[in-house]
Amino acid sequence: MVDLQVRIGSLTLKNPVMPASGTFSEGLARVFSFDDLGALVTKTLTAELRGGNPTPRVAESGQGLLNSIGIPSKGIPYFIEHTLPEYRKSSTPLVVSVSAPTAELFAGAVRQLDVPDIAAIEANISCPNIEEDGKAFAMRASSTAAVVAELRRATALPLWVKLTPNTGDIGAVARAAEDRGADAIVVANTILAMAIDAETFKPRLGGIMGGFSGPAIKPIALRLVYQCAKVVGIPVIGCGGIATAEDAVEFMLAGATAVQVGTATFVRPTAMLDVVGDLAAFCDRKGIAKVSALTGALEDRGMQVDALEALP
Amino acid sequence: MSILTSLPVQTEAGEQAVGAVPSLGAFEVADTRSVVVVNRAINDDYCHLVLEADGPALSARAGQFFNLACPNTAADMPYLRRPMSVYRVSPAQRRVEFLYKVAGAGTRGLATLQPGDTLAILGPLGNGFTLDPRWKNIVVAGRGVGLATLAPLAEAAAEAGIGVTAILSARAKSLVMSAERFERIGARIAVVTDEDGTSDFANVERHLVTYVEAGQADAFFTCGSNRLMLLMKRLAARFNIAGQVALEQQMACGLGMCFCCVRNFETTGGPEQRRVCVEGPVFDLAEALTW
Ligand SMILES: Cc1cc2nc3c(=O)[nH]c(=O)nc-3n(C[C@H](O)[C@H](O)[C@H](O)COP(=O)(O)OP(=O)(O)OC[C@H]3O[C@@H](n4cnc5c(N)ncnc54)[C@H](O)[C@@H]3O)c2cc1C
Ligand SMILES: Cc1cc2nc3c(=O)[nH]c(=O)nc-3n(C[C@H](O)[C@H](O)[C@H](O)COP(=O)(O)O)c2cc1C
Ligand code: FES
Repeated sequence: MVDLQVRIGSLTLKNPVMPASGTFSEGLARVFSFDDLGALVTKTLTAELRGGNPTPRVAESGQGLLNSIGIPSKGIPYFIEHTLPEYRKSSTPLVVSVSAPTAELFAGAVRQLDVPDIAAIEANISCPNIEEDGKAFAMRASSTAAVVAELRRATALPLWVKLTPNTGDIGAVARAAEDRGADAIVVANTILAMAIDAETFKPRLGGIMGGFSGPAIKPIALRLVYQCAKVVGIPVIGCGGIATAEDAVEFMLAGATAVQVGTATFVRPTAMLDVVGDLAAFCDRKGIAKVSALTGALEDRGMQVDALEALP
Repeated sequence: MSILTSLPVQTEAGEQAVGAVPSLGAFEVADTRSVVVVNRAINDDYCHLVLEADGPALSARAGQFFNLACPNTAADMPYLRRPMSVYRVSPAQRRVEFLYKVAGAGTRGLATLQPGDTLAILGPLGNGFTLDPRWKNIVVAGRGVGLATLAPLAEAAAEAGIGVTAILSARAKSLVMSAERFERIGARIAVVTDEDGTSDFANVERHLVTYVEAGQADAFFTCGSNRLMLLMKRLAARFNIAGQVALEQQMACGLGMCFCCVRNFETTGGPEQRRVCVEGPVFDLAEALTW
């Protein structure tokens, strides 16, 4: 029997598979039991009430999805009163994703989440839809350092920090998060993109630009995980285009300790269960006793990164 | 419970989009691997798809829908699933049926399905129509593929002893859908078309007012046309009649997770956004708004 457990700081997960924020909700409990997942991750909450963006809010493009959902949020008190009890029905650790437009508001939101049965905070410092000019904290190391420091002071819960692939300096951003006390980084969020309808001359999203996700972005997310894992000591949680156990294995080999499955769940609602089951089967086939042995096991010794192509 | 005991059926390589779980007793929604029995064009615009299925899929009710994993073809690779209302469910024959219009990549893919092919259908999803046992007569009015959504409602009403009057609207007589299903339950039918000029607002309004005045409209039901919806909403308010409308919006997950399918509604508490997939697709006519 393969040991699927992984450790993210002080948290032990029964397997490395969890949903990506915003692509999962308690509604999925109508299809299968959450008890078989490694962790649960909520849609990003904001302290203030938000309505979200105009429709159309999604458009498919190749094997990927563009979204400009925005972050429609009923606020944190509503979450604690109405949504949290639904998640308490499962014993799987609950990670709550939070965001805010300033570091101070961010810390305030995180403080409100100091309630029982929340296992960790995932600070979404990367959402490209709502920050001014599409600039998020995680675009730069300095703004990352500032917000993570505030958040670290605001909570004793394990603090995961979710990065954006839109930065040109992922390594420096990842190190800034680690330096200021993040317990793990999630790599990464959606990639800023757009789509146009050639027939109507109109943008295909109501929000003109949106975040790109799904299999189409997997190679980019994989590269980012590899770059981050090289420069930080804290666990990296891989996210971006993961739909199968093979995808999950690739992310773990690149250095991820655990993985998040997002858009794949829309296409195949049981995708996460398949990843868990097939991951066990994969390890069995390869004679790997512990799935955690895959983390960073990429055989790249003696190989060089192409200096002309490589981003920092 | 071990992870392995609750695993879904493994799918064969290359069949990823059709990966389906066998119906797990305790869950109300399943990703059912259905098998195509019939898939054929019924007129220039619409196709009829009959599937063999089992489990929760067979408990779908009128107004509910499924999210279909449309197959890839040489020309098209639809990535997301496509929502389709149930056209008919026959638990005894283990059949679920859809009526669809070929519109783009997803439905073009559906049109290539052959008997014996498999298709993953997630559902039943959403809230269907509700019938109040105190009602004696209802009026349903639909246009185009909206009639596919209303046909099972009319049958459920007939079964509950409620009389049905149906206004079937279409561009042309040859495109009127499901007339025979409304006939079979003894519905009173008015066919209105653009072709012969009978589908205009004023004429349909005259029909509706006649039914109301004859005491044959305890509730209004509509699907498939913004104009019909607005007309029925106005008349329902004027005559104080209950009403329900099945609405559409682009969807991704179908399960309330992604928030892409919101529409605006007017409620006594002010304007409100609701998700068509979980708060609908059937809504109170009085609260529904057009785009
Ligand atoms: C609850 C519900 C029930 C429906 N029932 C039926 C039915 O019984 N028969 C039928 O023919 N059609 C029905 N539709 C509409 C059907 O889902 C679309 O026609 C279909 O998704 C078009 O996909 P496509 O790839 O062929 O077209 P494309 O135009 O290429 O689709 C592009 C994108 O737009 C979306 N889209 C396009 N038109 C619609 C629409 N009218 N509503 C929602 N999303 C749309 C697609 O899902 C896809 O994401 C229903 C829609 C909803 C929301
Ligand atoms: C519809 C949608 C909504 C999302 N909402 C959020 C969100 O609220 N917070 C967040 O941190 N990421 C959000 N994401 C990003 C995902 O969590 C994930 O990082 C991204 O989609 C890449 O993973 P994937 O390719 O597996 O989907 C959203 C993605 C999608 C498609
Ligand atoms: S389709 Fe995802 S919330 Fe309705």
